[in-house]
Parts: sequence; structure tokens; C-alpha cells
Amino acid sequence: MRFMLLFSRQGKLRLQKWYTATAERDKKKMVRELMQVVLARKPKMCSFLEWRDLKIVYKRYASLYFCCAVEEQDNELITLEVIHRFVELLDKYFGSVCELDIIFNFEKAYFILDEFLMGGEIQDTSKKSVLKAIEQADLLQEVSGYPW
Amino acid sequence: MPAVSKGDGMRGLAVFISDIRNCKSKEAEIKRINKELANIRSKFKGDKALDGYSKKKYVCKLLFIFLLGHDIDFGHMEAVNLLSSNKYTEKQIGYLFISVLVNSNSDLIRLINNAIKNDLSSRNPTFMNLALHCIANVGSREMAEAFAAEVPRILVAGDTMDSVKQSAALCLLRLNRTSPDLVPMGEWTARVVHLLNDQHLGVVTAATSLITTLAQKNPDDFKTSVSLAVARLSRIVTSASTDLQDYTYYFVAAPWLSVKLLRLLQCYPPPEDAAIRGRLTECLETILNKAQEPPKSKKVQHSNAKNAVLFEAISLIIHHDSEPTLLVRACNQLGQFLQHRETNLRYLALESMCTLASSEFSHEAVKTHIETVINALKTERDVSVRQRAVDLLYAMCDRSNAKQIVAEMLSYLETADYSIREEIVLKVAILAEKYAVDYTWYVDTILNLIRIAGDYVSEEVWYRVIQIVINRDDVQGYAAKTVFEALQAPACHENLVKVGGYILGEFGNLIAGDPRSSPLIQFNLLHSKFHLCSVPTRALLLSAYIKFINLFPEVKGTIQEVLRSDSQLRNADVELQQRAVEYLRLSCIASTDILATVLEEMPPFPERESSILAKLKKKKGPGTVPDPEDNRKERCANINGATNHSSTTANAKASAPSFIGDLLAPVLPPINRPRPVSSLSLLPTPLTPLSLQAYAMPLSPSAGSHFQVSSPASDLLSLGSASTLNSTPPSAPKASASLLVDVFSDNSPTAPIGAPAVVVADENFSRFVCKNNGVLFENQLLQIGLKSEYRQNLGRMYVFYGNKTSTQFHNFTASVVCQDGLNSQLNVHAKPADPMVEGGAQLQQTLNIECLSDFVEAPVLNIQFRYGGILQNISVKLPVTLNKFFQPTEMGSQDFFQRWKQLGAPQQEVQKIFKAMYSMDSEVTKAKIIGFGVALLDGVDPNPSNFVGAGVIHTKTSQVGCLIRLEPNAQAQMYRLTLRTSRDTVSQRLCDLLSDQF
Repeated sequence: MRFMLLFSRQGKLRLQKWYTATAERDKKKMVRELMQVVLARKPKMCSFLEWRDLKIVYKRYASLYFCCAVEEQDNELITLEVIHRFVELLDKYFGSVCELDIIFNFEKAYFILDEFLMGGEIQDTSKKSVLKAIEQADLLQEVSGYPW
Repeated sequence: MPAVSKGDGMRGLAVFISDIRNCKSKEAEIKRINKELANIRSKFKGDKALDGYSKKKYVCKLLFIFLLGHDIDFGHMEAVNLLSSNKYTEKQIGYLFISVLVNSNSDLIRLINNAIKNDLSSRNPTFMNLALHCIANVGSREMAEAFAAEVPRILVAGDTMDSVKQSAALCLLRLNRTSPDLVPMGEWTARVVHLLNDQHLGVVTAATSLITTLAQKNPDDFKTSVSLAVARLSRIVTSASTDLQDYTYYFVAAPWLSVKLLRLLQCYPPPEDAAIRGRLTECLETILNKAQEPPKSKKVQHSNAKNAVLFEAISLIIHHDSEPTLLVRACNQLGQFLQHRETNLRYLALESMCTLASSEFSHEAVKTHIETVINALKTERDVSVRQRAVDLLYAMCDRSNAKQIVAEMLSYLETADYSIREEIVLKVAILAEKYAVDYTWYVDTILNLIRIAGDYVSEEVWYRVIQIVINRDDVQGYAAKTVFEALQAPACHENLVKVGGYILGEFGNLIAGDPRSSPLIQFNLLHSKFHLCSVPTRALLLSAYIKFINLFPEVKGTIQEVLRSDSQLRNADVELQQRAVEYLRLSCIASTDILATVLEEMPPFPERESSILAKLKKKKGPGTVPDPEDNRKERCANINGATNHSSTTANAKASAPSFIGDLLAPVLPPINRPRPVSSLSLLPTPLTPLSLQAYAMPLSPSAGSHFQVSSPASDLLSLGSASTLNSTPPSAPKASASLLVDVFSDNSPTAPIGAPAVVVADENFSRFVCKNNGVLFENQLLQIGLKSEYRQNLGRMYVFYGNKTSTQFHNFTASVVCQDGLNSQLNVHAKPADPMVEGGAQLQQTLNIECLSDFVEAPVLNIQFRYGGILQNISVKLPVTLNKFFQPTEMGSQDFFQRWKQLGAPQQEVQKIFKAMYSMDSEVTKAKIIGFGVALLDGVDPNPSNFVGAGVIHTKTSQVGCLIRLEPNAQAQMYRLTLRTSRDTVSQRLCDLLSDQF
């Protein structure tokens, strides 16, 4: 996978993860361009499209678009399920996740994604293993118990 | 503000995020951010040491600001500090910041690497994971240098925890992608392969990704993974859906791992071991069977996961391309999906079928779905799906369905999305050309293309139709008639005017007999479009008009009137004005004979790869547009060796003089092939037939770019690189900065000028043995280029003298001398050259050559001229060699050896063994042998690496048959060349000439 983007119906970028080195300027340009393409598509259209030299796999959950760019030879359907599994993980962790959870706890969303995907490849497909790793980390966090 | 469900939130951060969200305008947001940045900066700079929590909070705020799209230029140091905290949450935020915002600030990288090193050796799995994640996220070269050796150690160490192994595997994968040269292969590779047997499916999944990446580059090192992957896959596909517990996803057993294993297997050919191969086939069959079972769940996740595995299995089946039953089953399965209600599945089925269409085994099966695919083209609501349907139609097209497919694509084109029109146009043009049985259909199709989507018809497309019409005389009359009719439309596309102007200018005479398309009507029709056209098109039309003057003397007056009008002669555009002036003058002063020769019909174009196919390849990226049929043959031949099929098609290819060959033929290296030349050009006519452009050249020596602007002919010729084929008919030297004969490809050494050169220059002589065109001589003043053509015992050579200086050459003479006895063997008649060559101009001289009997020596070209008052003498050996008078002779193996035996007398054979001077490339060798003039005979020599050729030398008095055999020895870098002819002097001379070429 080259990158994953989460953005809202209004075109606000909520999360971006790049798995290949890309210059900041190019990133911004690509995000802008891709959001335009995806947001212009109608609901019943297919979830895959060719864009530049990449394949884009996207799916909309409520107000959020999850959008992955994969290589020519990558499997589209399994990428769609990578997205779904990530949504399940967020959902399980936040308890019916909504866009606001991801806005206010963006760092957590990044941690969960990191536990699930690494270098653009899936690290563990078991929901249990991933959540266990996150919960362990949270446990460490609570023990430290800072006052605000 | 939502309640934070778990862990400790950072209140200050949450407040800041709320503030930003409440900002009413962009300006307010920026103001709030600047305030925060100032605050953070002062905290970081303040005297009071910040505690870990505050540091974490501020770093996190900076991260948030950065992700909003603002630049962050400080805080890196604080983030690096967090890395060495022993509190997990602080470390975690530090790593996150570094991952997102790292730049290659070398001081920082060293600090970061230190922190990572500490965490990697901490033996705390959570810390190790964080460190590995950071390496993978940043993946820079510096990091690869620091850790490429360490990570494999962690990966294969016996005591590493599973979760760390997973991270290490993927971290290594990332490093290998970014800096493969830094990842050392070693004994760890064998142990990585064995991770495929690991108990923990998470480890297997990560390891499979890593192995796939590594195996793509070093397949041999990871060969053993094939059997392990098959075994693993087999266990997964035969397991009950509950066996794998958490790795079962919506009732599908380990879909991710299955997909990855199937992907890994695609790095290799089918397993050689029969048992493994059988097991794999079973797996694939099971997967295909499961697709027919009723779904275990109605959820889309279930069907997606199941079909993800199915599509990957089909990819593997196509990749192996060896099991006809599996291929056909795969095709049937995809056929079902073509009508599935899920758009995604229809899309993927179309995409997958494209590759199936290129397999010999399943091509026919794919074709049975043509109606469904055409229907998809008409009814799909999503343009990306329709695009796939177009691709598939293109891939499944062959001679049997070409007319239907082209018709459907044309009708789709009328409503197609603008984004894909150009590509469809290219595809239609290629298919129409490739599968044209009669060329009238081809012409109709292209004119339709222009009518429907004129704006999307690129130059390549209309150049191509003209090339084809010019090369095929059976279609010229039809083409003229059709464009004439198409031009009747009140509004026609400019591209049509171009094609129409060109074709009527060449072949308008073929329809002039019909009173409805009399010369005057043709001209008026064309001229009625003139004022609506752009400058390049008008320029083309002017050329068509002058051609009309030659074709139809009766309209000469009308056309001269048009050329003479102020709107032409005083046109603001220099190009148009110049053409009008020159054409008018030409039509007034030249006799009909001269006009007829100058404005003769364009000679055929050299056949080469279709420029349209080249364009489509460029558009889609190389490799993505395989010529469907070609691809099929290749695959077939690869797997089954040279099967009957591939050899018969190869024969068919060779024998069919059509354009199919053109599409498939590789571009030959620069070499000349004796091409039939029109008899006219060998007769002693006062002027050589030249293309229009060539003639116009001397008329306008100063207009360097004159004919580059828009002259269609020179564009057509320069589509391929000028050096691809030297059999180009006599055509204009392409105008360029030097104004010299730069169509000639070779760089030749520059000879010194100095005082009268008495030495006969022959440096370039041997270059011309196997080709007819090029630069013969060059010094600082003068460049001499050659173009020559031979037929039987006659030849004609055009010598181009380019004045490289800006001053005139005076008293210019060029004569040819046949020394010693050569004048009784060879007649060379040189036409006198113009005594003055302007600065920067080029002078052409024609030599007529006749071979009386076989000869050894070469004639000498003596040139004299005054440059700046000093007399210059140059002598060059003219590359007129015996082999130029070859006519190639095709013969079969039996014939060849019979003749070989007949020429068995000792003096008839000459043999030479010599060291290779150039690299021993068989394609180049072949090209040279063909260029030498003989026919290259395939399949005659029992040893396929040998080359065998045959031809007949024509002299005025006799004909000498000649057989050639060249045996390369690649190991010794030597050749053995054997020649047998009926005359010993001929054998010797040819052997000497040819042995210098390799």
C-alpha cells in the first residue's frame, strides 16, 4: 500500500499515512486531487478506480471516506477488507466510533493504524491481537496517572 | 466534546482542538494557531524545565497543527527527548512525531538512531515494537544504514516474541523497498523462509509479505518457500471455518494470508515437483469450488473476503498459464461475475478477463462473453467500469470479431466520457489496421473516427492512415472517393481536411474521371475549407494545390490565380507566404516533365512499428499494452517450446506483406535492404523523382525551419527516429540547425582541413558495405552524405555536399575516377555539379553506376573548391562495392545444400576465421547479413546459431550465385565465414568485404 487517507464528506483530511517517502508538497497536491475525484463519485459506483499509476480502493463509512492507494498488482477486494477491519478496530476501541473521536483522539487513531498496518502491509489480521496491543499500551498510560 | 473512552486524555490538547473547530474563518484559525505556536515556543524556551507530560502535550499540539496543513519548524528536539523517556505514552508520542515530521537533519537523525538502538536492545517488546515501527515509518537511508543488519537478527532470534517478529519482518520489508542494496542477504534468509511454518498466523502473514518482496528480486534464494507456501495454503483452504479462530474473517479462513501466499506463488513458475504441483492444483480447484457454494453469510465482508482469495487464485492460474482446465474454469467463473449485481465484482471480472484473453488456452472462452461485455459498455453507469469493458474488448479482439468490436467501440465513442476518448480512438485505430482484411473498411473506420471524435484523433492516427493509403495502391482510389464524399459535409473536422487534402493531392486523379468529382470540383471543395483552417492545415492544402497543378493541367490557371492572390502572396504568416511564392514560381517556370518528376506521387513509406501503438504504449506505460495476439504467441511458445502454432504464425507473418507484420515487427538496426525502386528512378531522367519537400529545399536554403513547421510528409518520415531504416526513399534532408544531411545517422570522424589533401580518405568506407546511406566524409568545411540504391547491375548514388561554413565555395568540382583496370569493370557517370555552393547550403550530385564485371577496387571521388581563396582538394573512396549488386535469393534447406555441394571445387570456396570486432549480437549480425544484400535463410543450418544466406551478383556480362555461411563461436569470440560462389575472385572479394563487418 502506498498511502491511506481518511477524509470527510466536506473534504477535510482527518488522517493520512504514507508508506513511501513523498515530499510534503506532493502529498498536499495528491490529497487535494484525490479527494476531488473520490468525492465526485456517486454512491452506487464501484469502489476501485485507476488514478495516476495507482489503484485507489475506497469506501465510505457515515461521513468519512477511507481511501487506500495500492499498487497495480495488489488485490482490491482484500484492500477493501483492510479498510473494514480498521474501521472495526476503531469501533471496538472507541465504542461506536464517530468522526469526532478521530478528530479529538487523532494520535490514538494513528496508534491503532500502526498496530494494524506497518510499512503498508498488514501486520496482524486478528482483531484480538491488535486490540490487545493497544489496550496494553493504554494500561501503561493509566498507571502513569498524570494529573492535568 | 466527546468523552475520551480510554487512557488519559490531554485536556489542554482537547481544548485547543475545540477552539480550532470553533473558529469561524480561516483567518481566525490561523490567529489561534499562531497564538498557540507562540505559547509553545515560549514554554520550550523558558527557564523552567518542562515535565514529561507537558512536553508530550505540546509536541502533540504541534503534531495536530502540522496535520492541519501548517508548517512546523521547531519541537523536533523536544520530541527526540521524549524518545528516551521511560514512560510509554511519552515515548509513543515522541515516536509518532518523529514518524510524521522527520527531516533529514543529520544531528537529529543521530540522536533518533541512538534512542532506537537503546529501545531495540531493551528486550521490552513494547519498546522494541515502537522502535521498529519508527524505522519502518521513516524508512530513510540513514536508518537503513544503521539498522539493516540488526533487524534480521531480531527477526530470526529464537527468543524474540511473536509480536516483535511481526514488526521486524515488516520493518525489514520496508527497508528492503527503500534501500535494497543495504539489506544483506545471508544465512537468515533460510530461517525467514521457515517462518512460513510458524505456529502463529500473525507471524506467518508478516513473513509472507516479506518473503514475497524479497523473492521478487532474488527468486533463487527463496525457492524453498514454494513448497512451504503450498503446504500452508492447502491447510488453510481445507480447514473448517472455525479452525483458525480469530484468523477467520466472516466465515472465511485467513483470507489475508491466503491472498499473500497466492501472491508469493506468483513469483515462481508452476512447481516442478509433481506432488507439490498436484497439491497446488487441488487447492486452486477447492477455491474455485467454494465460489459455487452458497454463501455462509449475507454480509458483504464475507463475499469480499471469499472473492479476494478467488481473484488471487485466478491471477495465479493465469500467471502459470499451464492448466487449460483451470483457465477455462476461471473464465467461466469470471463470466458469472460479469452479470453480478455488485459493481465491484463486475469491475474486477472485466479486469481479470483482460489478462485471461491473452492466454492461448482461454482466449476462445473469453470471446464467448463478447455480448455481455458489449452490453456492459452500453449500460454500466460507472465510467471506470466502462473503461474496463473497453480494455477487455480490445484484449479479446481478433480477426473473427474485429468488425463487431470496432463498430461497437465507434458507437460508444459518440457518448464516451471525454477522459477516455483519446485512448478509445487509439485502440480503434490499432484494431482497424491490425485486423483489416480489406483496406476499404480500414479507411471507412478511420474517417468515422475523425467524424465522431475529430478532436481526439491525434496526429499519429491521421499520419497512419496516409501512410497506409500511400503504401497500398489497391485502396487509393477508394480512399480518394471516400474523402471526397466526406468533405461534402458542410462542417467537417480539420483533421478530415488534412487527410482529404493529402489524399486528393496524391490520388485525386483516380476519381477525376467522374464528372461529379472533376478536378475543378475537387479543388473548389478543398479550397472552400481553406479559410476555416489553421495555418498548418492551410500549408498542407497549398502543397495539395501544387500537386493538383501537376495532376490536372486544366486547373493550373485557377490555382495559380489563388496562389497569386494577396491573401496568399502577402500572407502575414511567413510559412504560407513562402509556400505560395515558391509554388507559384515553380508552376510558372518548370516544364511539365520537370513538374511531373518533382511532384511525383509519394514513394511508399518504410514499414515500421505503428506509431499509434507506440503512442498507446507511451500513454499507458510500457508493458501494459501488449499486443494481444503477440502476447499469446509468446506465452504459448515459452511454455511449449516452439510449437506448431507459433511456427505457422511466424511463417504467415513473414509471408503476408500486410501491415499486420508492421505492428509486430521489431525495429531493425540501421541497415539497408534492397527495396524495389520504381523503374523510373533508374532511368536517366533529367531529375530524380523527389518528394515535394526535397525539391523545395534548394529553393529556400535560408529557411531552416521551413519544412519542419507542418509539412506532413517530413513529419511522417520523422516519426520513427531518422536512423531506424535507411531504405527510406529519396526524401528531403530534414531541415535542422546544421542544414546538413542529418538524416544520416552515423557520427563520422572529422578529417582535418589543412593544405590540399592528397591522401584518399577511406575511414568510413567499410561502414557502407552493409548499408547504403550515411555520412561518408566530414571535416570542418565540408560534409559529404550519401544515399544510394541498386537494382541488379545498376545503381544510383546521390551525393550531398554540405557547406558547413557561412561563406561560398567557389569553383566547386566533383568528379569520379576509376583507376587502373576498374574502368573496364565499372562505369560511373557523374553529372556535373554546380560550381558554387552557398554558405550553409547543400549541393546534390547524382552518380549513375553500372557494373560490367566483378571488381575489387573502389572508385575515388575527387573534390576541388576554393574556400577563402585557398584551393581545397579532397579525395574520398566511394563505397561502391561488389556486394551492392546482389539480388537476394530465397531457398529451402534442400536446395541450399544441393547448391552448396555443386560449388564444392576448392577454388570456389573461400574461408576465413577471424576474431569478433564488435559484440556478437545475433540480431545485429542478421541485420548486417541482410544489409550485405543476400537473403538470410532461416532454418537451413542444423545449428540455429549459425547464419546462412544466398544471393546472386548481377553484372552486365554475367550472374554469379553465392552462398554464405557464418558460424559464430561465442566462447572464443571468433567467427568462421565460408563463401562459395562459381567464381573464385568473387568469393575472395565478398569474403574480404564481409569479414570486416563483425
